[in-house]
Parts: sequence; C-alpha cells; structure tokens
Amino acid sequence: MSDFELPPEPGSTRLVATLTVAGLLAGLLLASTYALTLPAIEANAAAALQRAVFQVVPGTTAMRKLVLTGGRFVPADGSEAKDAVAVYAAYGDGGRFLGYAIPGQGPGFQDTIKLLFGYDPQRELVVGMQVLDSRETPGLGDKIFKDPAFAREFAALAVRPEAVVVKHGTGTLPNQVDGITGATISSKAVVRIVNERCAGLLDKLPAAAEVPPAPKEESR
Amino acid sequence: MTGRGHRLDLQAAPFLHTTLSTPRLMVEVILCTLPVLAAATWFFGVVALLVVAAATAGAVFAEWALATRAPRGNTLRDGSGVLTGLLVGLTLPPAIPLWMAALGGFVAIALGKQLFGGLGQNLFNPALVGRAFLQAAFPGALTTWGAPRGFLDVPASTFALPFLHGGLDGMSTATPLALHKFEHTTTGLWALFSGDVAGSLGETSALVLLLVGLWLGLRRAFDWRIPVAILVATALLGGALHLLDPVRNPGPLFLLTSGGLLFGAVFMATDPVSSPTTPRGALAFGAGIGALVVVIRDYGGLPEGVMYAILLMNAATPLLERVSQPRPFGRRRAA
Amino acid sequence: MNAPSSPAEAARLHAEFVKGLWRENPVFVQVLGMCPTLAVTNSAINALAMGAATTAVLACSSLLVSLLGRFIPAQVRISTYVIVIATFVTVVDFVLQAILPDVHKELGAFLALIVVNCLILGRQEAFASKNPPLAAVLDALGMGLGFLFALLCLGATREVLGNGSLFGIDLFGPAFEPWVVMVLPPGGFLMLGLILLLFSWRLQRRAAAAAEEKR
Repeated sequence: MSDFELPPEPGSTRLVATLTVAGLLAGLLLASTYALTLPAIEANAAAALQRAVFQVVPGTTAMRKLVLTGGRFVPADGSEAKDAVAVYAAYGDGGRFLGYAIPGQGPGFQDTIKLLFGYDPQRELVVGMQVLDSRETPGLGDKIFKDPAFAREFAALAVRPEAVVVKHGTGTLPNQVDGITGATISSKAVVRIVNERCAGLLDKLPAAAEVPPAPKEESR
Repeated sequence: MTGRGHRLDLQAAPFLHTTLSTPRLMVEVILCTLPVLAAATWFFGVVALLVVAAATAGAVFAEWALATRAPRGNTLRDGSGVLTGLLVGLTLPPAIPLWMAALGGFVAIALGKQLFGGLGQNLFNPALVGRAFLQAAFPGALTTWGAPRGFLDVPASTFALPFLHGGLDGMSTATPLALHKFEHTTTGLWALFSGDVAGSLGETSALVLLLVGLWLGLRRAFDWRIPVAILVATALLGGALHLLDPVRNPGPLFLLTSGGLLFGAVFMATDPVSSPTTPRGALAFGAGIGALVVVIRDYGGLPEGVMYAILLMNAATPLLERVSQPRPFGRRRAA
Repeated sequence: MNAPSSPAEAARLHAEFVKGLWRENPVFVQVLGMCPTLAVTNSAINALAMGAATTAVLACSSLLVSLLGRFIPAQVRISTYVIVIATFVTVVDFVLQAILPDVHKELGAFLALIVVNCLILGRQEAFASKNPPLAAVLDALGMGLGFLFALLCLGATREVLGNGSLFGIDLFGPAFEPWVVMVLPPGGFLMLGLILLLFSWRLQRRAAAAAEEKR
C-alpha cells in the first residue's frame, strides 16, 4: 500500500486497547449468537440421528441411548464420558424392543466412512444399514449410499460367521453381500466396518430380556 | 515441418532428415490404423466402425470449429485431426454410447491440441487427453466391456441419446487384466495374441499391432526406440516382479500382450509432438512408460495403466529433451 | 447513513454497487477467492449458500469497518479487520448450522474458510476503510452478489452435467449418465478455465474491434 501513509506511532497502549475492545465485542457477539442458536443446532443433530436410527431398525418409534461403561451397556444419563462407545436401543409400538442401532466408522476408499447399522439380537441378523458420512468417488463408490440395492443387502444379513463381499449377483448365503461393480473397495470397507463393530460389541450388548424399557414419551 | 513446402526452415539441432512431410506422415499412419480397425470389426462387429466414426467426426468437428480460425494456421487438411479421432475411437470399449465417443474426439482436439496452440504445441498426446477425459467423466461406461456378440448386433447403449446411458443390457464381461487382478484367472496366450478377448476396440489383437508396428518402424514413421524401450522395460521389470510373487504379478508375456500396451507403444507413445526427439530421450521416455505400466498394473487400484503411464511421461518430455541434448562435436563435457 | 443528497451522488453510489457485478467481478475479472470457487461449486445450492454467506459476511464487515475505520490505528488495522471478519464468519456458521443443517454439512470446513477469502479482507483494506458506510455497504453488496453470481454459474453448470439436476430438481430422468468428473475437483478447474477462456476471448475481441476502429 504505497498510498497509505502510516501516521505517527500512537503508542502501544492504544494498539492493545483497540484490539482488546475488538476482541471483547467479538466475544460478546459470538457468545450471544451461540446461546441463541444452540437449541436449534442440538435439535437438528438429534433429529438427524433419530431419522437414521428409525431407518436402520425398521418399525422404530422410540429409542434410548446406551453407553458402554465398565464392560456393560447402561442407559445414558448425561454423566458418561463424551467419547464413550454408544449404541441405540430401538423400540416399536407399545415399547416392544426391536434391536440396536450401532454406529461405526472406518477407512473407505477416499476418507473415513461413518455409518449406522441395525442389529436384531433375537434373530442374530443385521437388519439395516445407512451411511452417515463418506467421501467416496461420485458415480462409483458413492453407490454405497446412493444405490438402494446395496442398502437392501443389509436388510437381513447374518454376521456369524462374518459377513463377506462377493461378486455382484452371486450372493446366495445369508452372510454374503453383493458387492458393487466398480466399487469393490468401498463395498468391502462398509462390510468390514460392520464386521469389526459386531465382533467388538455383540457379546457386550444386553440380551433382549435385559434391555432397559422404552423411554416413557414417544421418542426423545 | 509446416507442410507447406518450399520454405527454408532454420532450426536448432537435432536436425531431422526426413522425406515425410506432415500430411504424408499422417496419411501413412492413418492407413496403418486400418488393419487395426479391421481386426476390431472382426472381433466386435459393425459397432466398432460406428464408434470409431463417431470419435473421428467429433475430432474433425473440433478441428473445423477451432483450427480454421487459429492464429497458427489451418491444420484441418493435414489429417492430424482425423488420426487423433481414429485413435480415440480405437481406445474405447465397444458398447460405449456414440455421443460419448464423439465427445471424446471433440475434447481430444479442443482440450488436448487447440488449447495448447495447435499441432506441434501440445504437451500431451491429444487422443489420450480425450480418452482420459472420458474415463474421468464416465468411469462406468469406460469400464463396461460388452461380451462378444453377432456381427450386426449392436448393443442398446450404442444409440443412447446425448446425456443418457440408454440402458445397460447386462451383457458385460471382464478384460484379461481385470480377470487377473480381481479374479486371479489368467487368459490363454493364444487368445491374447490373436485378439479374441474383451477390451478396447483397437487393443486386443497383439498380432495385428505387432505387424503394423513393425511396418511403421521400418518405414521410419516413428522413432523405433520408443516402442522397443517400452516393451523391453515392461518385460524386464514385469518379469522381475513376477519372479518375486508369481501369483499376484503376471508374467512378462501376459503383460506384453494384454491391455493397451502394444496399442499404446505403437500409436500413442510414438506421437512425434509429445515424445522426445533425442535418441537417449526417446529411450528414457519408453523405459519410463514401461516401468510405470508395470507398477500401475501390479500395485495400482486399476487393472490397466498404459494411458496414465504415457500421459505422465508426456509431462516429463520437455525435461528429458533438455537433459538428453546431444553435445556439440568437439566441446568438452561441462565440468 | 444519509440518503444520497444529489443526483451525482446517487449515480456514484449506483456505480459502486454495479461494478462488482460484472465489470470488476471478483471471480471472473479479479480472480479472487479461488478456494471456495473451486471447492464448493459442485451443486447450485452449495454455490448459492456459499455466495450468500460470503455476501453477508462482506456486507457486515464493510459496514463495521467503515463506521469504526477512523478509530482503528493503522498499525493494527489488519488484525482488527481479521477479528471483525472472523466474528461474522462464526456467526454465519452458527446460524446456518441452526437453520440449514444439510447445507452446513455440505459446505463443511469451507464455511469457516470464508475468513481467509482475500476478497473480503481486500474490500476492507481497499474500500470500506476509506469510504462512508453507505458506499461501503453498496460496494460490499455488489462484490458479494458478483461473487455469488460467479459461483452460481459454476455450480449450476457442474450440477447439470455432473448430476443431471439443477437445485436438486432432476432434469434428465433416470437414464441420465452423469459426467462424474464435473462434481469432482478437476471439474471445478475445467469449468472455471472454460469460463475464464470465454471472458478473455470476449475481451480480446472487444480490444480488436476497438483497434480496428482507431485505424
């Protein structure tokens, strides 16, 4: 800025004071905006999670968050650690327990894939899967969430023995997933995430009889 | 090298002595694509002619629309556009919609050649630029290989309207390279040699490509060092890796006869504009392509890598020419 | 902010507003703010949201900087501008997260990166700090809308070719074959290059015509 003549140095007190005032005003504005928008932001996040849970466990009308503390899952009461492993118990009409929605994540072809899948402990089957977040290649890898046929592969998937990906159109056994042509790595990544989660958590989940009852109100 | 003749060209070393002017050379190479096109028609039916014609039409249209007004003079009549279009067409899978083939030809000339300033100015092989664009834009259509069918039997996707895929008819198969990479089954060498396998139109028949390459090399239509260096490097590096892990890495003969290696070595890497003119540069260029092909095929996520290998080495061409300039006679090596 | 007192003043304000839309368009002419231009124009709605967010931040910052300009010592002006801009970016971030969570998720980190869009800091330094509030806001709105227009051009073309839709409305039906590359980063470069090509071609032709007339 050649046309900008610097006026004489006004002294450091003035400089510090200016920046302090600017910082204080900024902080004030941010704090009030945060306070005003927080309820809506939290409601959005909860609604998104609820939509996903309702989708992966068909028939869900209510849910309850369970967290892993001391080797077993207990209902979340807000006191748990923020990074505690969580699953969601899903309930149908009349508070009937339907199954669990289990979040999982792992490396995909491009970036971490985050997903949620439903598990029914009575039938010992995965009953639904939804990809929450991924950056797979558009047109190929993104079929893991854009292709309804791939999602249907998880509608009744056995995970004992471990689920496996097979070439598209050849799956016959209950633990076989038809891979997506041209997106082998992405489809295998999804199945691997589900398998890892199942291997780690299924034994720790409360059996159907011991599941805490459905929350009183219709969905939280 | 302007093709207008009767002009004194002053240029720096290396001096090329050639009796072939640009249009003559183009005609010669165009004629040599005809046996390849004939083989493609034999194996894939009349659809091969349609795809190649569409790609050529797209290329010539781009040449007409852009080159007739280009500051460096009209290159419409020297045949280079036709050749680029033919080459784009021959690298496409048989079931590709014709509008995509035409778009590929158009992009090859518009983006690969005219944007750089026309014939002689382009850094990358135009035909491969066109194909790379199609591969990036339509990865599905460019990796769907129709199963062999009757001579006049045209797949439903061929006549898809622009912007549409026109329905896949489910009759798809895998190329020998994909079969090896994903299914661990090896295709017979005779099938690879004759060309009776799935693949892009012009790349399947090793026999035809070898004969055409031999003819063009003997006619001095291209620098023989480039294809020879590619084949030798592929065979040596591929062979060594095959010895290390015979199950995962295919043998040298399979590497040489499968995929687009021979087609790329004969028609793509030898493009005089985008390859080095110095002898040592040409050898290094070819060896680089061969090594990259082996690395991509053996370790990459894709089954085939000839296109990317050649494009990458195209980018290295100016550098190779600089470091491989012949030393003027009598001058000492720089200390 | 006083209403313009004379027709000449009104014309000047009008000119400050209009220049950013086309003649000094931040993307097509000044080639500023390339990061969001390339990164979030894979759909029309993302482009629109990014353009609107940038315009809001730019207008608020310009107003504040123009009002407070003379109280800010020159030595710390850049730091103060950055505080002002960062504050408004965070406000926009919160608001978007609250009312349009899906768009917020799509824009991701690029929303926060509005802070480093040199278009915004550039306008504070070059215009807002030296001009009265009304002119500063009009300049900011013009530049912001010009930015929005450019992003929308890219976003709409890329979405139509790469996804067969515009603002999420399907245009071609289920048989559409998407140009995958268009919604990937290389598509952004390709499209931007083509549009800049058109712009310089037009400029060249105009210059040639002008030269012809002189002769």
